[in-house]
Amino acid sequence: MAAKTLNHKAWWLVAPVVVLVAFNAVIPLMAVVNYSVQETFGNNEFFFEGVRWFEQVMQSERFRDALGRQLLFTALVLAIEIPLGVAIALAMPRKGIGVSICLVLMAMPLLIPWNVVGAIWNIFALPDIGLLGRALNGMGFDYNYTRQPFDAWATLVAMDVWHWTSLVVLLAYAGLSAIPDAYYQAARIDGASRWAIFRHIQLPKMKHVLLIAVLLRFMDSFMIYTEVVVLTGGGPGNSTTLLSIDLVKLALGQFDLGPAAAMSLIYFLIILLLSWLFYTVMTKGEEK
Amino acid sequence: MARILLEQVRHSYRDNPRPEVDADWALREVDLEWADGGAYALLGPSGCGKTTLLNLISGLLKPTAGRLRFDDRDVTDLEPGERNIAQVFQFPVVYDTMTVFDNLAFPLRNRGVAEGEVKRRVHEIAAMLDLEPTLGKRAAGLTADGKQKISLGRGLVRSDVAAILFDEPLTVIDPHLKWRLRSKLKELHQRVGRTMIYVTHDQTEALTFADQVVVMIEGQVVQAGTPVELFERPRHTFVGYFIGSPGMNLLPCEVDPAGVARYAGVPIETANGGPVAARGTAGKKQLQIGVRPEFVRFAERGVPVTIERVSDAGRYRIVHARHGGQEIKAVVGEGAPVPERDGHVRFEPERTQIYADGWIVEE
Repeated sequence: MAAKTLNHKAWWLVAPVVVLVAFNAVIPLMAVVNYSVQETFGNNEFFFEGVRWFEQVMQSERFRDALGRQLLFTALVLAIEIPLGVAIALAMPRKGIGVSICLVLMAMPLLIPWNVVGAIWNIFALPDIGLLGRALNGMGFDYNYTRQPFDAWATLVAMDVWHWTSLVVLLAYAGLSAIPDAYYQAARIDGASRWAIFRHIQLPKMKHVLLIAVLLRFMDSFMIYTEVVVLTGGGPGNSTTLLSIDLVKLALGQFDLGPAAAMSLIYFLIILLLSWLFYTVMTKGEEK
Repeated sequence: MARILLEQVRHSYRDNPRPEVDADWALREVDLEWADGGAYALLGPSGCGKTTLLNLISGLLKPTAGRLRFDDRDVTDLEPGERNIAQVFQFPVVYDTMTVFDNLAFPLRNRGVAEGEVKRRVHEIAAMLDLEPTLGKRAAGLTADGKQKISLGRGLVRSDVAAILFDEPLTVIDPHLKWRLRSKLKELHQRVGRTMIYVTHDQTEALTFADQVVVMIEGQVVQAGTPVELFERPRHTFVGYFIGSPGMNLLPCEVDPAGVARYAGVPIETANGGPVAARGTAGKKQLQIGVRPEFVRFAERGVPVTIERVSDAGRYRIVHARHGGQEIKAVVGEGAPVPERDGHVRFEPERTQIYADGWIVEE
């Protein structure tokens, strides 16, 4: 065998990726870091402020409220979408024409642009002319998502469930389809109940795709912006002002660039930390 | 424990199989009886219906027609879980998240067996299968042969199991472990005395494991018999060349009204010649003489042949001879003389049979 040539030319192959990542992630992120430690009054004048903006954001009640709402929203969405998605995937047919029909139906909400989703639900739920709003009021509920915080939240969660449960369904279905028939046959011979089959065959085999589903849904729901802005604009009052909406208000509404930059960094770190937590918890005991 | 009886069992995977069209049926018509405690093999090429037959017995499939009985109980409409059948699949099936112990305990716990009894049975079976040291480990971490032992163990733990079915269980096992697992199976069969049915396309596996081998082709059983019977008196030409290495010689022949077979103008003495052959071959299209290479002898007179090559297989030699366009193989012992170039062969009459349209000619 010929001796290996030792040089570092291969690094050039990585260079395009490095450049790409630098321009679309690292440099913008550094710009944000730059803003987060300085004060500016325009005219390209900057004054170094250290960690002042970070302290200000962390101590502000407004940020904590938005974070609390955000955590609640994400928790609700995950608690509904993951079990519901798995349940729908289990109920879907495994072969025949029904498979294609179900898959197309499931994929549809995912293909709709986010702002359109918001607009659809905005109109759908209007108390005076929307189908949902009219129907609820007709049934005797006092429903108005533009005035009552609870109604706004219910509509918001329903919209997200409608929009994104399909993703969980598709992932879970893919996981289920990968289970060989022999497992089900063995379970039948072993006299396993429906629950035992789910608990000991289907769930373990779906674990990896479910991990991806949880991570995707966590990150996406934690960053949700468009649909909420179109549906409620963060209201009534501040009741649906989630983190991203608050951030935009702070940065572009009030033009407080320093605190906004600090807030986005904190926001970013929270997502990173929670994603890591999910991943670690769900893959624990894997290597044993 | 049970005797297994299949009565005119037919199976088709189609919605509307036509009874008269053989191609519609995965299993044409099978009548079989399996004695309690026997070791059986289902042998045949891929797609011959042997796995279908196995799944019918375990209840994973319901037969299109016919009945299945365990002893005197009609089980045709029972679910697999109610049939007291265990099955080991081609690819090892273990419950990944459970320990080896829990895997083995699973079928018992599903049936509501008391935990003390579960523990006793699992330890007993684990000891039998050499799984004791791994009982506390997660099943997912075991090697393929270990997992296959767990599948087998899940069948053995149940004290009420009537039969254990194996569907090519050694396919994914490393060659050097195959032999060990196979002898383990044989040993277990003697120890637990349960009926075992073993599906395979490997004749060595079938012949070493089973007391009784059922040979299948194209959805039908062509012969069920001991390995010796299959070897000495194949009922169908397929059994002749599928079993044995090299397979049986099949020579096109004519049968005269007296029932004497002639090949190349030479009268050949056969075990089933005479009036039986005269009656049995009447009106049949394809007549053949079947003789295994082991029963072909070189002689002064007989069918003239030219020796083409001799391959040494260790304790014996395989002689490839030729008569006209027809190859005739002979297996001769190490010391036995083989003619240099031209010679004659004759066949041992007791082991030479006449076949008509593939089937042996008999009463």
